[in-house]
Amino acid sequence: MTSSTREREPRLDDAEFRSYYGRPVIKRPIWHVPHMPAYLYLGGLSGASSLMAVLARATGRPRLARTTRIAAAAGAAGGTVLLIAELGRPTRFLNMLRMFKPSSPMSVGSWILAAQGGLSAAAAASAVTGILPAAGDAAALATAVTGPLTATYTAVLVADTAVPAWHAGYRELPFLFAGSALASAGAVAMLTTPRADAGPARAVAALGAAAETAAATMLERRLGLVGEPYREGRAGRLLSAARALSAGGGLLALLAGRSRAATVASGLALTAGALCTRFGILEAGRASAADPKYTVVPQRERLDASAVR
Amino acid sequence: MAERMGFFTDTSICIGCKACEVACKEWNQLPDDGFVFEATSYDNTGALGASTWRHVAFIEQQPVWTADGTTGDGDGDGGEKPFQIGPDGRWLMSSDVCKHCTNAGCLDVCPTGALFRTEFGTVVVQSDICNGCGYCVPACPFGVIARREDDGRAWKCTMCYDRLRGGLEPACAKACPTDSIQFGPLDELRERAAARVAELHALGRTEARLYGESPDDGVGGMGAFFLLLDEPEVYGLPPDPVVPTRNLPAMWRWAGAAALTMAGAVALSFLGSSDRLLGRGGPR
Ligand code: SF4
Ligand code: SF4
Repeated sequence: MTSSTREREPRLDDAEFRSYYGRPVIKRPIWHVPHMPAYLYLGGLSGASSLMAVLARATGRPRLARTTRIAAAAGAAGGTVLLIAELGRPTRFLNMLRMFKPSSPMSVGSWILAAQGGLSAAAAASAVTGILPAAGDAAALATAVTGPLTATYTAVLVADTAVPAWHAGYRELPFLFAGSALASAGAVAMLTTPRADAGPARAVAALGAAAETAAATMLERRLGLVGEPYREGRAGRLLSAARALSAGGGLLALLAGRSRAATVASGLALTAGALCTRFGILEAGRASAADPKYTVVPQRERLDASAVR
Repeated sequence: MAERMGFFTDTSICIGCKACEVACKEWNQLPDDGFVFEATSYDNTGALGASTWRHVAFIEQQPVWTADGTTGDGDGDGGEKPFQIGPDGRWLMSSDVCKHCTNAGCLDVCPTGALFRTEFGTVVVQSDICNGCGYCVPACPFGVIARREDDGRAWKCTMCYDRLRGGLEPACAKACPTDSIQFGPLDELRERAAARVAELHALGRTEARLYGESPDDGVGGMGAFFLLLDEPEVYGLPPDPVVPTRNLPAMWRWAGAAALTMAGAVALSFLGSSDRLLGRGGPR
């Protein structure tokens, strides 16, 4: 390098780029801990539990159907509370349903969550009280549609931002969230359902953990420079913890057999893994917004490439 | 709709007086955003925010003499460009503002409809509707809009919507003593800007370039665009901003695929569970 100007701080090991006193170009997401990642977890738990409830009912596992219906309703309700608490003006939460706006994943998601919350509550209420079983079954059946959407729309929610690590991860994030949701729901069902009925829950948990681990690995490896926040710092530590917990918990779910202790350990590990995943995703987003490198370098490369053409 | 109005900020004649910052604060009655001493330059405002709708960036560039006696252009690649930093260095000043994007990320993602497009083609938050969800904040590729934490709602430049409706120009443009901030119909401003660049190039200032004037850029053109004397990132602007929603259809397709995969995985787990195949229980 033969020349430089004083406005630029030299940064060792970093891609060469210029910035305004190293300040971030974009604003960091203002969503809070624990609200936002906990909401992602609960939405996933609710959505995947709904799917399990439908199949448990169809394959004649009443106890599993009951626990998963309750988990689906509790997840959606808890998530809704967190979502409202996250607002700057919580008393205006109904403004979310003021319009249906396809260009806004949060608008679409609010309607999905409203449907999932209502249907899963009806399904759970009917299962617990025994009142109106046919209506309860119909509501549960409808959550086979709203459930998976509740679990995956949140990936679109975070990807549809200018946050480089989130935006660039729009292919991997839905699968990560889907896997994490399955692991979460499988874990809770394993913990709350008698063993004889919990076989499919263990399978769901193991499949989910495998998908979660695979998608997280893709996310860290495939994005190049903007994938760095997933590998480094707080987010990197959370996501490696998530991987260890999910992979371990998933294996244990398959091997737990008759052991109650192993089942509990597996369920707890999977839950902790899913939570670490969600917290790690928020941290990675924050880190990628805070460093102008992730905004400037890819855009500069794009411009330089198109100038050459 | 009335004509689309905009700002053309010609940074080559900005003197860094910050009259625009003050006029904006005063007209819009924006609260104090903290008394900060940045200690990096004459800029102690730092960045645009919920209570800072105009921000004057201040960049001091000193030449570094190279072995062959020439001065560097600051891009670090060793190739000299006519940046005219000169032996005494140069100051770059630029008044930044919301770009009032043609394809605005903030507006696209706002779930409540609080953000809307006005009859002047500008993007404005309706503070009586915003519920402070905060989604617009990371959706802006320029880091413009922000939430005022004690108030809970999102705020940004309105291009003085109230003044425009009253037939006045925005407070910042009115206050700018050098006409660095020019307000007018966007088409007219674009013509004026092209002429100004040609003029500067004729004077040998080939580093002059427009930022945000092209309707073909990633945000469909900015309602507030700039004449810059260095690369956008030097001023804290993203070099090639793209509205996040441009990829939204693809995002939903991937999410849909993940949702279907999820359903498939659960179905597999239930149907593949051996106790079921062995016929224990059976569907009721
Ligand atoms: S610059 Fe940001 S805040 Fe302004 S209109 Fe564009 S996206 Fe919205
Ligand atoms: S914070 Fe307000 S203006 Fe921003 S997206 Fe949410 S409702 Fe819209």
